Amino acid sequence: MFKIVKKKKLNKFVVQMEILAPLVVKKALPGQFIILRVDDNGERIPLTIAGINKELGTVKIIFQIVGATTFKLNQKNEGDFILDFVGPLGLPTDISEVKNICIVGGGVGCAIALPVAKAFHDSGSKVTTVIGFRNKELVILEDEFKNISDSLVVMTDDGSYGKSGNVTIALNEMLNYGIRFDKIITIGPSIMMKYVVQTAKPYEIPVIVSMNSLMIDGTGMCGCCRLSVWENDKYVTKFACIDGPDFDGYKINFDEVISRNSIYRDYEKHVYDKTCNLFRKIDND
Amino acid sequence: MSMTRHVICLGKLIMIERHKMPVQDPNLRAKNFDEVSLGYTEDMAVEEAGRCLNCINKPCVSGCPVNINIPDFISKVKEKKFNDAYKIILKTSSLPAICGRVCPQENQCEKNCTMGIKYEPVAIGALERFVADTCTELNLKTEENIKEEIRTEENKSDNSTSIKHGKRKVAVIGSGPSGLACASDLNKMGYDVNVYEAMHALGGVLVYGIPEFRLPKRIVNNEINNLKKSGVHFNTNVVIGKTLSLDDLFDIGYEAVFIGTGAGLPVFMGIKGENLKGVFSANEYLTRNNLMKAYDDDSDTPIMKAKNVAVIGGGNVAMDACRTALRLGAENVFCIYRRSEVELPARKEEIKHAKEEGVKFLFLTNPIEIISYDSNTNDSGINDGKNGCVKGLKCIKMKLGDPDEKGRKRPIAMDGTEFLIDVNLVIMALGTKPNPIIKSSNPNLKFNKNSGIIIDENGFTSCKGIYAGGDAVTGSATVISAMGAGKNAAKAIDLYLSFGVNK
Repeated sequence: MFKIVKKKKLNKFVVQMEILAPLVVKKALPGQFIILRVDDNGERIPLTIAGINKELGTVKIIFQIVGATTFKLNQKNEGDFILDFVGPLGLPTDISEVKNICIVGGGVGCAIALPVAKAFHDSGSKVTTVIGFRNKELVILEDEFKNISDSLVVMTDDGSYGKSGNVTIALNEMLNYGIRFDKIITIGPSIMMKYVVQTAKPYEIPVIVSMNSLMIDGTGMCGCCRLSVWENDKYVTKFACIDGPDFDGYKINFDEVISRNSIYRDYEKHVYDKTCNLFRKIDND
Repeated sequence: MSMTRHVICLGKLIMIERHKMPVQDPNLRAKNFDEVSLGYTEDMAVEEAGRCLNCINKPCVSGCPVNINIPDFISKVKEKKFNDAYKIILKTSSLPAICGRVCPQENQCEKNCTMGIKYEPVAIGALERFVADTCTELNLKTEENIKEEIRTEENKSDNSTSIKHGKRKVAVIGSGPSGLACASDLNKMGYDVNVYEAMHALGGVLVYGIPEFRLPKRIVNNEINNLKKSGVHFNTNVVIGKTLSLDDLFDIGYEAVFIGTGAGLPVFMGIKGENLKGVFSANEYLTRNNLMKAYDDDSDTPIMKAKNVAVIGGGNVAMDACRTALRLGAENVFCIYRRSEVELPARKEEIKHAKEEGVKFLFLTNPIEIISYDSNTNDSGINDGKNGCVKGLKCIKMKLGDPDEKGRKRPIAMDGTEFLIDVNLVIMALGTKPNPIIKSSNPNLKFNKNSGIIIDENGFTSCKGIYAGGDAVTGSATVISAMGAGKNAAKAIDLYLSFGVNK
């Protein structure tokens, strides 16, 4: 059992929790993830580590309430327990020295982008950050990014805050203007990462993407998270859980990733509705 | 009941026909997840035990990977002394209720049975299962007492070592068959044993892989609870190589480590369409259903269901996947195997059960491509929801050529025999490779070309104090061979810790 030490709402849909897991903290590095299971009938879901507190032994996770599991997780409060919490899994992000880095985060993916950006900032890189959200209400972690970025651009799809449009517009502007990053790291929805890669391609800037595939065990056992990576003139199957989650963005078959991530969409909606109704019923009783 | 025929053999009156295992009706069981085999009644067990000739050379014992004293336990069954029978089994086996259910007896003990030369072999597996079930389910306490008795006896006969090593710490990585067997034996020898498990549940392949209808979870839990009661410690949610390294284990104070991490990595064919929606590794499909209980409405874990399902492969895992698909409502389940029926590697009983339940076998058939619904998405991204989903499986007919290095006839594709099967779900059950996490996090361990850990005959790896066994060494094999490897390593670890014999 793993105790929820702190809980904070970042916006209407996004919640931050700090979970007591000292063993995970000892090994966790930016870019790695954990897998949790809320209760006995619960699904195992992967969440990227959004930060750690070495003194308290807590792992910070940030999640968007999108399905049954995140809904159930959000029903838990400070002092409550999560049944299972395992990690750190996956390979850490390569933080080797880069002079001029650009971090592009989208939506709740910004939660994962933050520790990566911080690691580069701490290692002395010049950090440019572009974060994008659907609207003003959904903006998270702006201050935190400000503290570790040499420059920060906030984008909203509807223009209700920051600059109007998606992250690729800002990225394209900068590249067009002549800024040459040594590397771009992008974390967010697959479709966004796909377009970040396309935007960077004419400028031949390396792009690292952080894949958020579906997973069960997170240790290479199920193969659920598999994706196609271009290697030696052909696509080879890799596992996001053990070979990633970071990959060379130019080599990923994004269309396949986007398709595979939708595999349980109908089922998830069904379970989400069922879970919401269940809690609604409990509230009414 | 059919008339029983008898024969005089070695001066005894022996029943010719072996008792059939009572099973759930195929039509009923193909729709539920309850155990298929129901187990012998006491009368059946005693009668079946009476078929044992108690022959002098005991060929069955050498057929058993852990050399259970089979004729001795069977003669106790004959005398209805079931606890005594259980005690005999427990001396060499750690998980009798499990092995009685999942061992490929026809290739092991029963293959060598003298009765089998002329008639049918004694149903050793069914008897083992009967003894274990009778002693565990009727009286768990008795079982504890039995185990305690064995411990005391062993301590008496060998108290020098047990006193000497007192409570020295040994870590076991993985709670599958090899880990449980190793932990059980080390615990009996008096070590302080901690088992580390990456998943949230204990049992490894016994809980994520083998389905409820073949090995009920309560049986596995019984065995694990017995180990807990006898003092073995278990830690779930710890991935060795990630949460803790092997070095950490030694730093914490463990003096030896056993690696039993199994063969978790699924193998794919490398054919076109393998990453379509609707293609799963058997590991994923079975894990969703077994460990995550996707068949249960209360479970949050989804599983894909389809009317027509193809399972590729012919081993036990393939049978498990076929039969799981049936139970999840599939109307047509095709088991696609590239060799012929005689080469099927699955246990005979599983093949029989699968056939009875309605699984259709396509032998000498190999998939060459998985076809998707037309994936032309227009610019606005509108589709009918089927884009990227499996529409069918393109296969080719095979014929058998000369035997390969393992002596199995090599399947050869026959040009121009391609055909399409209409399926929406494809499950790859092609075997598994050892889990790569230990490998990637420990540069000093040595591995073979199949990613198996290299060990000597005692389970000793290339690193001081580190032993390994089971599928992590051999690649996917059987529960009993993994258990044997775990026991073997336990002996070696005891020698190492007692006398510093490091090999």
